[in-house]
Amino acid sequence: MTERSERGPAHKTLEIGMALLIGVFGLVVIFGSLKAGINWGAEGPRAGFFPFYIGAAIVVASAINLWHAQRDDDGRLFAAWGQLRQVMSVVVPTAIYVGSMPFIGLYVASMVFIAWFMRWLGGYRWLTTIAVAVGMPVLTYLVFERWFLVPLPKGPLEDWLGL
Amino acid sequence: MKPSVLSVALAAIAMSCANSTASRAAWEPVRPVEFIVPAGTGGGADQMARTIQGIVTKHNLMKQPLVVINKAGGAGGEGFLDVKTSSGNPHKIIITLSNLFTTPLATGIPFNWKDLTPVAMLALDEFVLWVNAEKPYSSVKDYVDAAKKAPSGSFKMGGTGSKQEDQIITVGIEKAVDTKFTYIPYKGGGEVAVQLVGNHVDSTVNNPIEAVAQWRGGKLRPLCVFDAQPMAYDEPIAEGKAWKDIPTCKSQGLAMEYLMLRGIFMSPKATKDQVEYYVELFKKVRATPEWQDFMKSGAFNTTFMTGADYAKWVEAEEKRHEGLMKEAGFLASGN
Amino acid sequence: MEELANLFHGFAVALQPYNIMLMIIGITLGVIIGVLPGLGGANGVAILLPLTFSMPPTSAIIMLSCIYWGALFGGAITSILFNIPGEPWSVATTFDGYPMAQQGRPGEALTAAFTSSFVGALFAVIMITLVAPLVAGFALRFGPAEKFAVYFLAFCSFVGLSKEPPFKTIAAMMMGFALAAVGLDSITGQLRLTFGVTELLNGFDFLIAVIGLFGIGEILLTMEEGLAFRGGNATINLRVVLQTWRELPAYWMTSLRSCLIGCWMGVTPAGATPASFMSYGIAKRLARRGNNFGKGEIEGVIAPETAAHAAGTSALLPMLSLGVPGSPTAAVLLGGLLIWGLQPGPMLFVEQKEFVWGLIASMYLGNLAGLLVVLTCVPIFAAILRVPFGIIAPLILVLCAIGAYSVHNSTFDVMLMLVFGVLGYLLKKCNYPLAPLVLAIVLGDKAEEAFRQSLLGSQGSLGVFFSNGLVSTIMALGLVALFWSAIQEGYSRLRTSMA
Repeated sequence: MTERSERGPAHKTLEIGMALLIGVFGLVVIFGSLKAGINWGAEGPRAGFFPFYIGAAIVVASAINLWHAQRDDDGRLFAAWGQLRQVMSVVVPTAIYVGSMPFIGLYVASMVFIAWFMRWLGGYRWLTTIAVAVGMPVLTYLVFERWFLVPLPKGPLEDWLGL
Repeated sequence: MKPSVLSVALAAIAMSCANSTASRAAWEPVRPVEFIVPAGTGGGADQMARTIQGIVTKHNLMKQPLVVINKAGGAGGEGFLDVKTSSGNPHKIIITLSNLFTTPLATGIPFNWKDLTPVAMLALDEFVLWVNAEKPYSSVKDYVDAAKKAPSGSFKMGGTGSKQEDQIITVGIEKAVDTKFTYIPYKGGGEVAVQLVGNHVDSTVNNPIEAVAQWRGGKLRPLCVFDAQPMAYDEPIAEGKAWKDIPTCKSQGLAMEYLMLRGIFMSPKATKDQVEYYVELFKKVRATPEWQDFMKSGAFNTTFMTGADYAKWVEAEEKRHEGLMKEAGFLASGN
Repeated sequence: MEELANLFHGFAVALQPYNIMLMIIGITLGVIIGVLPGLGGANGVAILLPLTFSMPPTSAIIMLSCIYWGALFGGAITSILFNIPGEPWSVATTFDGYPMAQQGRPGEALTAAFTSSFVGALFAVIMITLVAPLVAGFALRFGPAEKFAVYFLAFCSFVGLSKEPPFKTIAAMMMGFALAAVGLDSITGQLRLTFGVTELLNGFDFLIAVIGLFGIGEILLTMEEGLAFRGGNATINLRVVLQTWRELPAYWMTSLRSCLIGCWMGVTPAGATPASFMSYGIAKRLARRGNNFGKGEIEGVIAPETAAHAAGTSALLPMLSLGVPGSPTAAVLLGGLLIWGLQPGPMLFVEQKEFVWGLIASMYLGNLAGLLVVLTCVPIFAAILRVPFGIIAPLILVLCAIGAYSVHNSTFDVMLMLVFGVLGYLLKKCNYPLAPLVLAIVLGDKAEEAFRQSLLGSQGSLGVFFSNGLVSTIMALGLVALFWSAIQEGYSRLRTSMA
């Protein structure tokens, strides 16, 4: 993986970014703990006592990780741009899928998502695509809502169908 | 099976003829009804909800299924907020316990019982003071003496949750007898009872149903009940004693009374027909022998209230909790 | 001897055709529940509970406990095939099970998992049959301090294992602890780290984190290589079962150790999750091929699965004899007992002999039935891996979304799942270990709660963790586990200097 001719973001950049991200998370935890009270009350430690030290440990560990990341630069790529494009081609549609779920319901969103994935990423024929894209949500409906009585999010279409 | 469906249908028709002048039939659920439990699986509220679910299924009291869903997060706040935001959805009901009052007060989450539509009070749950049967205290007096004699803070009271009913009662006892307990919160009532059996705490205020098995097994001893009068059940449980034979705490010089609401609310903006439907449903549930058995096994106080009476009772109870929690210093510090 | 007579009577009850039919139905439903993320054993039992009120209690509990077995078996399937553990105690199974599946050995991994589950459960049932009253007494000795010691031991036997840089391990684990701390603090009844966001009231659920970090993260990693799915060359016939069985007896020591760990954790009741992690950690240290753990070692599947099932099964004992459920599923079963008018507690074994022994007999038979059902299906499960990635990936993503949603019925959680997915991908690429993070999410708040309960009881004195023989022993074991590699090194140095 190291000696590819392709270009892409350096591993080092991502390592540094990750360490910073985790460090910020640690700071948020510390801030939250301070609000909850970090001292040792009359009845043992208060709500923020442990989270405070956990946050502190995160910050310290991230600082060390950051230092390490800064130091060793082996010129490795994190991933080639082509690979990242592949990854993003799943992340972005999934984000749209997840984001649209509260509005159009799980079933419709799933149909569109499966169809999209199979047709454009998988390159399947329309017939196969539609069979799976419709079949799966219908099966899900039967198993979850009918048998196990687990209500899943629904949208206007289900309301209109009266399901 | 068939006749009961028919009779329910007939009853519904009869009711709609009698009640409404309009030609429209009375409301009925058209989808599965979600029955929210703002507490974990296995607790008192959960058991009651699942019993109701079982009774409804067995006697075919509803055409649509009743689905119990636990939403215990944030001391029940998760469940309350869920119902609060389901305004106008009549397919969602919630069973409550004292956390209806205590959770918003202690955590400051944006919720008040007035956000919901009251349906009915099903029963009141009793609280009993329990000690390990190996301990020498046979009466409240022995117990109070021992608690006072112990170095301050070394007498341990176990209970369910923090800043909830068990701790409120503990603070009440502390006030009444002027001593200091160390209150240790656990996750569930069953666990609390077992911690008492294992002598990891000195006393508990478990509900009858949580500790009755250990009483029958000769591991625990009830000292008194936190109610105005003794419980009504006179069937002997252990050592020839019945629930009825447990004296009230007040009569033993421990002036504290506490009963916990086991009631039903539904989502905001419910219509009168919808509330009426559920009230009738729970009336039918209460009439079944299974419900009677359940009440007996948990030594419940079977007061039933609906409508304005119920709302008034809840309102008074809310005031009382606010007072109790304020005194105990349990109110959220406004964050 | 009276127990044995009772047990045979129990077998007679459980072997009635009607009950056998219920058993098979229960197992099948249970496997389906275990496979679908979002439907746990607790769901299945809870939903079917009302349906059982028209049956005699013994039949009802046989069916419900079979759902429980089925779900336990089923949980391993998604862990091995897709790296998605449906239950907390299947997490450790993914460590070696998923690599095995990727190497084209899913049949072997599944067979090992199912068989070990069976062995673990059988061991626990035998223990329940023979020494039930004794064990129940042992459980009573576990107060908060003892419980904390157990969690401490679970952490210690697991940390220090990873090959990743130590500070990355620490960062990952601490992140897990921090996530576990979000929500309501159970000791003070106060909200913390929620920053006024009501969706954070419940904290971060383990299942959502794990579906994201493991499941979605894995799909994203796979996407780097395009739509090829490794593992397509899986052998799919029943012979793999027999072949694997021939291998298994060699690992009897690991199995036995895992059984004991499982039973202990189940009874105390710390539960199946610490049992599986602890057993995996200890097996890795003691196994001859320990260095290969995490790369598809069959022993790494046997250890956690055996322990998890031994714990899951023995957790029913404190439930029956003390009324304390060891798991959410057990809690729902407990509710069922009460509704049928059976009062769990010390008297149950005396007053309801037929019921108790019927249940114990059904544990033997249900387990056996479960093993037969799942083993025959091994080729079918393994064949799922032959479905092209272009079809299976969107289906997995949809199922993950359903699973995340149904934890709290909240679409917020589904978005959270995706965030965890991307995070899992990045962390894995940057060489942060995910297992300590997950372990901390699962056990972090429980450990903290037990720690603070102990301190409340001791009025702030840390001496409570060494106040009696039991708790001191467990704490000492934990310290030994924590410094194991140092101890081992010192020992070998001592040996060389002696020689």
